Amino acid sequence: MLTMNKDRLNNLLVPIFSIFLGLIFGALLMLAFGFNPITAYNAMISGVFGSPYFLGEALRAATILTFTGLGFSIAFKAGFFNIGVAGQLLVGWTASIWVALAFPDLPRLMLVTMSIAAAIFAGAVWAGVAGALRAYFGTSEVIVTIMLNYTALHLTNYLILNVLGTGNTTERVSENANLSIGWLTELTAGSRLNVGIFIAMVVVFLYWIFMTKTTAGFEVRAVGLNPHASTYAGMSATKNIILSMLISGGLAGLGGAIHGLGTFGNLFTQSGLPTAGFNGIAVALLGLGNPIGIFFSSILFGVLEIGAGFLPNGAGVPDEMASIVTAAIIFFVGANYIIRFFMNKLNNKKTQAVQEGE
Amino acid sequence: MDILVLLQLIVSSSLMYAAPLIFTALGGTFSERSGVVNIGLEGIMVMGAFMSAVFNLLMFDTFGGLTPWLGLLAGGLIGVLFSLIHAVATINLRADHIVSGTVINLAAPALAVFLTKIIFDAAQTGPLARSFGRSNILGLQNIPVIGPIFFENTSGPAYLGILVAGIAWVVLFKTRFGLRLRSVGEHPQAAETLGINVLRFKYYGVMISGLLGGIGGAIQAQAIHNEFGILTVAGQGFIAMAAMIFGKWNPLGAMGAAVFFGFAQSLSRVGSYIPVIQDIPNIWLQVLPYLLTILILVGLIGRSEAPKKLGITYIKGN
Repeated sequence: MLTMNKDRLNNLLVPIFSIFLGLIFGALLMLAFGFNPITAYNAMISGVFGSPYFLGEALRAATILTFTGLGFSIAFKAGFFNIGVAGQLLVGWTASIWVALAFPDLPRLMLVTMSIAAAIFAGAVWAGVAGALRAYFGTSEVIVTIMLNYTALHLTNYLILNVLGTGNTTERVSENANLSIGWLTELTAGSRLNVGIFIAMVVVFLYWIFMTKTTAGFEVRAVGLNPHASTYAGMSATKNIILSMLISGGLAGLGGAIHGLGTFGNLFTQSGLPTAGFNGIAVALLGLGNPIGIFFSSILFGVLEIGAGFLPNGAGVPDEMASIVTAAIIFFVGANYIIRFFMNKLNNKKTQAVQEGE
Repeated sequence: MDILVLLQLIVSSSLMYAAPLIFTALGGTFSERSGVVNIGLEGIMVMGAFMSAVFNLLMFDTFGGLTPWLGLLAGGLIGVLFSLIHAVATINLRADHIVSGTVINLAAPALAVFLTKIIFDAAQTGPLARSFGRSNILGLQNIPVIGPIFFENTSGPAYLGILVAGIAWVVLFKTRFGLRLRSVGEHPQAAETLGINVLRFKYYGVMISGLLGGIGGAIQAQAIHNEFGILTVAGQGFIAMAAMIFGKWNPLGAMGAAVFFGFAQSLSRVGSYIPVIQDIPNIWLQVLPYLLTILILVGLIGRSEAPKKLGITYIKGN
């Protein structure tokens, strides 16, 4: 019991130390280029938390990251690196806008539900292809999802230019496909924060139930921990690979729908893959696969994303600094061996001191 | 259009787009042969492209016409430095190879644009002082028929890449160094027993991938885009990885696949001049390299082709 508590504490300490070290790394880099890191971090924090509008925007960004983070995480738990969340988000975004534009006059609840369902389906199919190829042919899901990312990018741009839109963008979806809630928009001074945040909270809860309380969730985790042992115990690796990838892509697609209907209300040609996809990977790794952890990580990265906008004017620092800090944080999460190594040393010293004291 | 001119156009533009892929795919081959997955090649290319662009603009007055070639070295050097992050994380700190590669890919574009803004006060460098342009290859353009098609007004870096691919093949399969590097990726325990310093050889593998990936990025900036910006590399590192797998982790195969992907990419640019191809919607040509890679992975490649201990961190004594 005692060791379990200690493990939990250590698990919590790794992300906290990683955030701390990442921020220090960013500060050192800023110092090296003659910027004042305190001014910079202060500009970000007071910028985001100083106005309800930007706080709303940060939470809006966090909403999308929660979906992509959970999506990446479930595949990761099953032992797969779904680097394709960006592409799955994009096809979800496209599908939701497509449906919303096709039936502009349906009742709001129905249209929103249909658009979101289409997005989940599109994302699930996009990831499911990688899952099925992995399950039946042993094809590396890392390579397949990377390739599908760029396929999604070109395909979406082609659809906008030739089918869905006029020029580089589609029309805006009708009011009936809108995700905004009056009081929430008012509360956050007109930010684009929308019903997505509540959907995200529900999904976080459902994800937790699924992973910890259901047989299917247990099987997904078991296959991830040891595919051979779980196959021996009668679980189907094939089924679980495909299932986890379907859920993973579905969640990313759901994020795409919230991004499309909630943030932008339309679809436009992209020069690169949506950053929310890759930042979702960062969120999932920092949250160590725990849904609550992922939710809070999303808020941190949402604040970093929106706070980045205050760096150039507030501190003269290019806004890319925020992404560098993000990368540094994930570096330390990934290389947590070094953090655990020092924590163990510290613990050993403490135990030694206690023993010597006795 | 005259058939000879048409062939010349297809070959030279294929080689132009292939050149960065050849170098980067070769780099990936070395890293993965030593057992370290390097999806950070994309980020390493970004750093190489950035560094060569800066070098090109700042040093043109000193080096004149040689600048782009020296720019390759500048890109290669920064590539080595950046790959060291991946090496330390995966080899010493036992980080997951894909996680570390993702960090490289997150960090590189951010850092490169950050530095570009500091140096040039803009998110792009603007046009470079001297790009590679087109050159004739060692007098070979005088051979009748073949000469003009393959060696006249074409991509110098691509031919350098083909040469390096040959050298890489010899190094990997005919030298003691290559044998040791491969043994570390196949069976590190056995290699260690024979007195090979496993960790050091993994470092060599990753650093060579940094060098060649950085050079690949430098070619991308100096031969294709003629500037550095966030869109200079945009996915080429991932295509290079695909070429490496397509080439079955063999330098010559990787080079061949890179040339093919260069051809596929050039088709979406020059395809409108070619009969039959011009009737295919552009979208198919754009997604062809990606879909083809998936098909190849599923259909043609046996599962045993990758180095056996690819992606598995070696811990001494385990």
